[in-house]
Amino acid sequence: MIQIAANCVGCGKCVATCPFGALSIVNRKAVASASCTMCGACVSVCPMKALSLPATGAVKKDLSAYKGVWVFIEIADDGRTQQVRPVGFELLSKGRELADQLGEELCAVVIGDNVQNYYAELSQYGTDKIYAVNAIAYRNYNTLSYANAMITLIRKYNPSVVLFPSTYIGRDLSPRISSELFVGLTADCTGLSIKEGNLIQTRPAFGGNIMADIKCPDYRPQMATVRPNVFKKVVTTAGRMATVVEERITIPVQAGKVRIVQTEMDPVSENQKLDEAPVVVSGGRGMKDKEGFELLETLAKTLGGAVGASRAAVDMGFKPKETQVGQSGVTVASKLYIACGISGAVQHVVGMEHSDVIIGINKDANAPIFNVCKYGIVGDAKQVISKALEQLKK
Amino acid sequence: MNIIVCIKQVPDSTQVKVDPKTGTLIRAGVPSILNPYDHFALEKALEIKQKTGAKVTVLSMGPNQAVAVLRLALALGADEGVLLSDRAFAGSDTWATAYALATAIRKIGSYDLILCGQMAIDGDTAQTGPGIANQLGIPQITFCSNVDANGNQVVVKKLIDGGKQILEADMPVLVTMTMPVDYAPKYPSFLAAHKAQEKTIYTWTAADIGADPGKLGLNGSPTRVDRIFPPPARQKGEMVSGSPAELAAKLVEILKKESFVK
Repeated sequence: MIQIAANCVGCGKCVATCPFGALSIVNRKAVASASCTMCGACVSVCPMKALSLPATGAVKKDLSAYKGVWVFIEIADDGRTQQVRPVGFELLSKGRELADQLGEELCAVVIGDNVQNYYAELSQYGTDKIYAVNAIAYRNYNTLSYANAMITLIRKYNPSVVLFPSTYIGRDLSPRISSELFVGLTADCTGLSIKEGNLIQTRPAFGGNIMADIKCPDYRPQMATVRPNVFKKVVTTAGRMATVVEERITIPVQAGKVRIVQTEMDPVSENQKLDEAPVVVSGGRGMKDKEGFELLETLAKTLGGAVGASRAAVDMGFKPKETQVGQSGVTVASKLYIACGISGAVQHVVGMEHSDVIIGINKDANAPIFNVCKYGIVGDAKQVISKALEQLKK
Repeated sequence: MNIIVCIKQVPDSTQVKVDPKTGTLIRAGVPSILNPYDHFALEKALEIKQKTGAKVTVLSMGPNQAVAVLRLALALGADEGVLLSDRAFAGSDTWATAYALATAIRKIGSYDLILCGQMAIDGDTAQTGPGIANQLGIPQITFCSNVDANGNQVVVKKLIDGGKQILEADMPVLVTMTMPVDYAPKYPSFLAAHKAQEKTIYTWTAADIGADPGKLGLNGSPTRVDRIFPPPARQKGEMVSGSPAELAAKLVEILKKESFVK
């Protein structure tokens, strides 16, 4: 349980902060109940500094030996050709900012076959160095061979930060590495920054309408995953070539225990369409029924876009899980985003707020979705869209 | 064959409301359920049991009331349950959770296949399964929509970006499961639930599994919450209200102004 020192004045700031409702004021002192998970969210809000987590027996490592911001570069394979998955460029662009603040190098780490083809392209995003593990045996992703290569490189060069894309590969690989190295890993970050030399990893947390800053002050490297379309890619060093360090790393025998039998690419997955579509029309609970979602399909078709959904709409069975926009779904950064009958919980907003023009349609004028909209239309989304489609047909 | 399914008790997200003032979840009175991804993983384990006669052990870490999800799993057909419950586990992030579960699995002893849900709906990290596999030094296959076991091999269908893959693996292996789009979890009959009362659930503490206290709870959790805060406020855009027809006309006007329709 959280520790509460005698200097607590019972101001109650911690009570309002606790995501688990575990704190209360009894006789002008804060008291924690058994629901306390020791998440530590209350520690920083106490004006008296009376709250603390129990001291841990962790041995402090010398963190000054860890330098460099690394980005794991994923190679996308559509069954015929291979290329760098664009989220890698987005992470390098963000990594450049972090590396500048830390005064450290930005390094791309690329594992695969014929990866020299990507060096020039990877160099454009402010990349100082490229670590490459280049061999035909690495052509296809394998958890154990890639994890072994990453762990070997990290142990040899001691980076301070390692970023991964939050893709199927990144989410498979990164926890394997963090487990082996005994370091922290924060999933699906929507913001990254540096504070007092630590990587601050921002994400919606505790399920509610709140954001959390996560840090790993006593462990290095600090690791995080980020979904595609969260950060913008920015070319800062066109024409420059990064220093390339090629490493030979033998594949562990155990990697052969898992074998690919067959790979089948979707013709065009709805998921892919969503995160690449210039226009996304999303529906929530306020679309009421499947008929409401048919209207959205028609509107999306008219505008040359794709249809997404809120978690509520997915839970209600209006749309499949793959079309869910938000923290536990797809992140989109479209030219136009229309949120129809979506209230705008932070889980949804972090998945669409980087779109250029956002239009919200909701009958509740106080719905949080309107805080991120360029245009807010207060009305019944289903009726408004139905009538707008009639007008667009003319 | 021995199968271990790792399961977690979570708040039912479809029934959770958010406190408009603090932005935190109102947890009081919200029912707890078996994490749906774990529920699906358990059903897959029971299918394999039907075919091969495998023994299915369910394992959970949590407070004493988490025994409810183990009871449910036993009623659905699992053979034995283990609950890890100890104050020493409090404050665990995914690293410490995976360490504790892996240490318990070592104590259970023989396993060929470990099944987990891909993630818990109250955390969405998808890190614990791979963490357990690493701690045990066995391979993992994540985000699988199907799993089948025959002889000493498993065959899975897994999601990859833009498609699907079929893989085979030698056991022992850990597999994490996604769930079908319109998945409706199965629940046991009253009779099955009653009969399952005879099955054993072991409750183990940190000392029972011989865990290293330096890797449990906060000691084993590298991540810390620096602060929590409401989503940043922004400037509201242009707001319009009116009749549906007026609003529809306004929407069309906006789409024209922003050049999305001619």
